Amino acid sequence: MGDIRSHRLSREDIEANFGDIHPPLDRPRALLEADRCYFCYDAPCTTACPTGIDIPGFIQKIRSNNIVGSARTILSENIMGGMCARVCPTEVLCEEVCVRNTHEDKPVEIGLLQRYATDPVLEAGIPLFERAASSGYTVAVVGGGPAGLSCAHRLAVLGHEVMLFNRDAKLGGLNEYGIAAYKTVDDFAQREVEYILSLGGIEVRQGALGEDLSLAQLRNDFAAVFIGVGLSDVNGLGLEGEDLAGVENAVDYIARLRQAEDKTQLPVGGQVVVIGGGMTAIDAAVQSRALGAEQVTIVYRRGPEHMSASAHEQELAQINGVSIQHFARPVKILGESEVEGVLFESTRLDEDGRLTDTGETFHIDADVVFKAIGQKLRASDLEDESLKMQWGKIVVDADHATSIMGVWAGGDCVAEGEDLTVSAVQHGKVAAMAIDRYLHAGETS
Amino acid sequence: MADLKCKFLGIESPNPFWLASAPPTDKAYNVNRAFEAGWGGAVWKTLGEDPPIVNVSGPRYAAIHSNDRRVIGFNNIELITDRPLQTNLDEIRQIKRDWPDRALVVSVMFAMNKETWAKYIPMIEDTGCDGIELNFGCPHGMSERGMGAAVGQVPEYIQMATEWAKDAASVPVIVKLTPNITHILPPAKAAMDGGADGVSLINTLNSIMRVDYDTLTMYPTTDGMGTHGGYCGEAVKPIALNMVAEIARTQATSQLPISGIGGVTDWRDAVDFLALGASNVQVCTAAMVYGFRIIDDLTDGLSTFLDEKGIASVADLVGRAVPSVTDWQHLNLNHVEKAVIDQSSCIQCGRCHEVCEDTSHQAITHTVDGERRFTVIDEECVGCNLCVSVCPVEDCITMKPLTGGVDPRTGQPISDDRLEWTRHPNNPMRQDG
Repeated sequence: MGDIRSHRLSREDIEANFGDIHPPLDRPRALLEADRCYFCYDAPCTTACPTGIDIPGFIQKIRSNNIVGSARTILSENIMGGMCARVCPTEVLCEEVCVRNTHEDKPVEIGLLQRYATDPVLEAGIPLFERAASSGYTVAVVGGGPAGLSCAHRLAVLGHEVMLFNRDAKLGGLNEYGIAAYKTVDDFAQREVEYILSLGGIEVRQGALGEDLSLAQLRNDFAAVFIGVGLSDVNGLGLEGEDLAGVENAVDYIARLRQAEDKTQLPVGGQVVVIGGGMTAIDAAVQSRALGAEQVTIVYRRGPEHMSASAHEQELAQINGVSIQHFARPVKILGESEVEGVLFESTRLDEDGRLTDTGETFHIDADVVFKAIGQKLRASDLEDESLKMQWGKIVVDADHATSIMGVWAGGDCVAEGEDLTVSAVQHGKVAAMAIDRYLHAGETS
Repeated sequence: MADLKCKFLGIESPNPFWLASAPPTDKAYNVNRAFEAGWGGAVWKTLGEDPPIVNVSGPRYAAIHSNDRRVIGFNNIELITDRPLQTNLDEIRQIKRDWPDRALVVSVMFAMNKETWAKYIPMIEDTGCDGIELNFGCPHGMSERGMGAAVGQVPEYIQMATEWAKDAASVPVIVKLTPNITHILPPAKAAMDGGADGVSLINTLNSIMRVDYDTLTMYPTTDGMGTHGGYCGEAVKPIALNMVAEIARTQATSQLPISGIGGVTDWRDAVDFLALGASNVQVCTAAMVYGFRIIDDLTDGLSTFLDEKGIASVADLVGRAVPSVTDWQHLNLNHVEKAVIDQSSCIQCGRCHEVCEDTSHQAITHTVDGERRFTVIDEECVGCNLCVSVCPVEDCITMKPLTGGVDPRTGQPISDDRLEWTRHPNNPMRQDG
């Protein structure tokens, strides 16, 4: 057995490593930061926000000490504004376009302000939404992640009943199972789910397409259907040695880590290799270090600018002692019954920008290898052949309607899916409003 | 370094910064510390008749804050000195003896009868103080007893009490004016007619700071009830500057020496007061907010400024801006300016567009050729300066006068001739010729 064990660090160190990565602003700091907002016209930050939150508006309300109003401004566009305040890559969204960057190279800390406004409201469970008069319709929402929950909440606000089917034991999707622990401490994902459900009108049931649910049956039983099942299957490397002990999907490890009662009990490799270039790779690598892995290397086949993890996230990995090896692709997982290392071949970009092998190989010792080269739609999720797909994902229009009448979809499982909570929330919201129009149009025609 | 030595009504001080009659000059301990820090003079907190008045033993002050808790405006309900007269006189005598080079003026407030003034003025003078300031300005508490602003709001009373003081005094007499009036000139003229050697202004403005959002009572209160106070600090400076300039630019009062008071916080505020006609300035709120050591910035900043401007002394700065102050009717209506936005320093916040669109003349674009871009539409711009005022980037938007050609807004040629309202064709009362 390779060097895989728990208790590499003291309990105190592990708890510190998994503490809140960006501690919340206190009142003096929030007021100072709020004062930095220029209240821009047609604010670039709002335009950059996938959910279109009126950012200068909510910051103005922080300034005037109207925290409940501020939270209402945020949550009425993005019901997961609390989680997005923690996990949004703000450095490539709202904060990237803040005019303060031009002025002084330092944007307003929009994410932290958003958290400042939403945390107390969720903490106290202050109701900000009222349901419209009952429409009499019940809509099926499949998938309890950000897209599904957003869609369900908006539908319930609009007066519809929602039957929310979820595969996992807990709601929240990747918020609960996929996000690095230090980004969402104190069980925040579940507290947010509770807040969303406290509206009423959303009934939760265990259920998954291809198992106990079929699209045909749902279409028959409900006035409309929203699919937000995410990408619950993972891409394989297709390499020799992939089945060796110690080779694991990064998403499974991250999920286990999030669900662990006691992180000191979690085994972690001494030498860890992560293959991939996205957020999942970063989260697996940084959390391995946080548990005490001695050597963690992310290996990515292209350069830093090609990684889907933002520059900020790459920097976070490096600050935490993770090495990032660019321009190398795995050739073979080495080992007898358990993994001992990975053989890589160096790559480069040719004159046309295409990835080319160089013929040079090297190997990195590993007790654990995490595969983080992307997720895909579970084949059994969609048995209906009339559902139009592209690159293995569901095709939707601007309203998030699929090719099947009465069926909408959003989140990571659609072609526009971006692996971002904030985008999934927007998809669910847009779909809910389209479903609402669809249902009421049916009445008048 | 420019010499900051200053002479006001013949009273010399090493610099033009005096502490105003207020809590910072309540007793020897404070004034000693102020003079050690370098203040040029002090006006002792207002003396009255024994027995001393009683102050509330609760909140006397409140502030308007920016979000980073900078004090923008300040309010007080403290009355005049609450210590026995003799205690004050003894301390004044000692301070003047210890600090002979500093200006030491004593503020007084008495009931409206001549005998009282005749009795106390000589006692005060006997301390060796350099002058006496008549407090006709305090708007709270004392005014309910017929003193302070109650006198300052009636020119006849000002003149009468000034005459009584002058009859009894051999040192210069300064009359401190209240801004809680509709026009500053009648009180200033009354002081002059009463024989005042100079005036000081402004005292504080009647004010209630806010309500308590929990209790929905006014804030602050004394045991649940509050009363209006006197408002001061940076927020009141423009009001003070206008009143100072009015006195300085009006022929009848233009020779009346002025000690400027109201929101002086840094040396630039002093430049404002001096250039608009004050001969020195008095400071209270800034000292109460930051302590006495701000005197270093005040003196150093003013001295550096005078050097850079090639102005030899404080006296040479006094009144320099007064000729530029006039009545609206004398402004040149033929003069045309347009805002110009420097695209290289524009950070594209768009505030200029929004305020112009919503509240002014729809003269700033938000999009040019499909790009976010804020530029001035000369055909609409009236040159109002609103965009300059709201732009967060200093000097990004400037006003440029048109010196020839045609104003694209009116289609009228730019004229070199002055055209005042007094002669404007639209003025039914115009003076011809």
